[in-house]
Amino acid sequence: MDVFADTFIWLTSPANWSGSGGIPTRLFEHLQYSALVLLIAAAVALPLGMLIGHTGRGRVAAVAAAGALRALPTLGLLVLFALLAGSGLMPPVWALVILTVPPLLAGSYAGVASVDRTVVDGARAVGMTELQILFRVEIPNGLPVLAGGIRTAVLQVIATVSVVAYLPLGGLGRYLFDGLVLQDFPRMLGGSLLIAALAIAVDLILAAVQRMILSPGLSTDSRGGRKSAGDLAAAAPADADLQGGTA
Amino acid sequence: MEWFLANSAMVFGLAGQHFVLAVVPMVLGLLISVPLAELVRGRRALRTAVTTASSLLYTIPSLALFIILPPVLGTRILDPLNVVVALTIYAVALLVRAAMDAFDSVDEEFRLAATAMGFTPYARFLRIDIPLSLPVLFAGLRVVSVSNISLVSVAALLGVGNLGMLFTDGLQRSFVTEVVVGIIGILVLALLMDALLVLLERVLTPWTRAAAKPAAGTGATAMSTIRIHEGAG
Repeated sequence: MDVFADTFIWLTSPANWSGSGGIPTRLFEHLQYSALVLLIAAAVALPLGMLIGHTGRGRVAAVAAAGALRALPTLGLLVLFALLAGSGLMPPVWALVILTVPPLLAGSYAGVASVDRTVVDGARAVGMTELQILFRVEIPNGLPVLAGGIRTAVLQVIATVSVVAYLPLGGLGRYLFDGLVLQDFPRMLGGSLLIAALAIAVDLILAAVQRMILSPGLSTDSRGGRKSAGDLAAAAPADADLQGGTA
Repeated sequence: MEWFLANSAMVFGLAGQHFVLAVVPMVLGLLISVPLAELVRGRRALRTAVTTASSLLYTIPSLALFIILPPVLGTRILDPLNVVVALTIYAVALLVRAAMDAFDSVDEEFRLAATAMGFTPYARFLRIDIPLSLPVLFAGLRVVSVSNISLVSVAALLGVGNLGMLFTDGLQRSFVTEVVVGIIGILVLALLMDALLVLLERVLTPWTRAAAKPAAGTGATAMSTIRIHEGAG
């Protein structure tokens, strides 16, 4: 298969590792866009999700909104924002923020809500303030589900930022669309492999971080099996978890 | 609206292609993951391996996978088969875990009782394990359905026909209406599919309605219903 050989040549050619269109630059752009989107989305979704999880108010609305937003097509929203708000970095970033809020909201809400209510009442009974309960009891104990939501969001952003190059912006997605126009398949395949490698690397790092900060008491818990559940933790089981809790 | 009426034949045609590209992988994914889940469920090492592999595959962004697959499969980049295979991989990655959870949700006592009544392992799997795990399985299917319908539109970037074409075409022509029609079309498609799955689940699991008090239908309520069942029985 000489396609793979050509791709290998493309990936290892020094010319592709320097300059403004080089792999390090594109990788940096990719991470930069992703970080910007994640920071804005987290600033909106995490406090809101935790508030809903802690007070139990606005649950139904949050679940419905998160579910409806999940069905929105990424590409459609990106194109719509680009057409309505013009070119530049911010329109696609706002579109991506809208798509990143649901998994973060669901994760933070379900994480806080997944903590056993008797534990929370116990914390209240020993005199903790509501903020102490949230930060010292609910967040540490809800971390497996919360982290699942964050990992889903991060992966989704890294995947979606590759589409942003179509608009056209930078990032690793550039290689796919430039390659498509130039009929240069090794460039497309090389870019795709880089994006896949980036996504897997970031997920592995997050998994390691999660294992480090997770309280050892939780890993022997019956819920422990859920910590590696990634996407499912934020999607179906997260919803199942909170609805099961109210039944 | 006028544009939609004038071009409705094209929009419905694209919607049909979109539907096929989303549903075929879902069905294939279900057919692969249910037996796979049952095979590896009881074996710890295999189960870990399958869970790890599925989360790894799920990590690969769709646009990248659409491009990596052609040289692997020997297809052309425009071939819809790439999209079907890619989405089947995602469906299996999600459903195999959902199916393992689903089979875990079936109480061991039912299996023991079925064995005592003379069910062969095969008959027990088909007539006890599968029906009782349907509520959890359907929760997974609904996630796959929504994500597939959204992911199919990405394939339009490479020129594979579906409702996503309205986005690429709309961007080139700076025509907002076309993009909005595409978004609404995809939302309606996702909603219809979800309603269809909910309906199918209700038809296939009549016992959950007999015991459930309010809103039956979601996997979670169905799951707690099973637990209530077990408690009562």
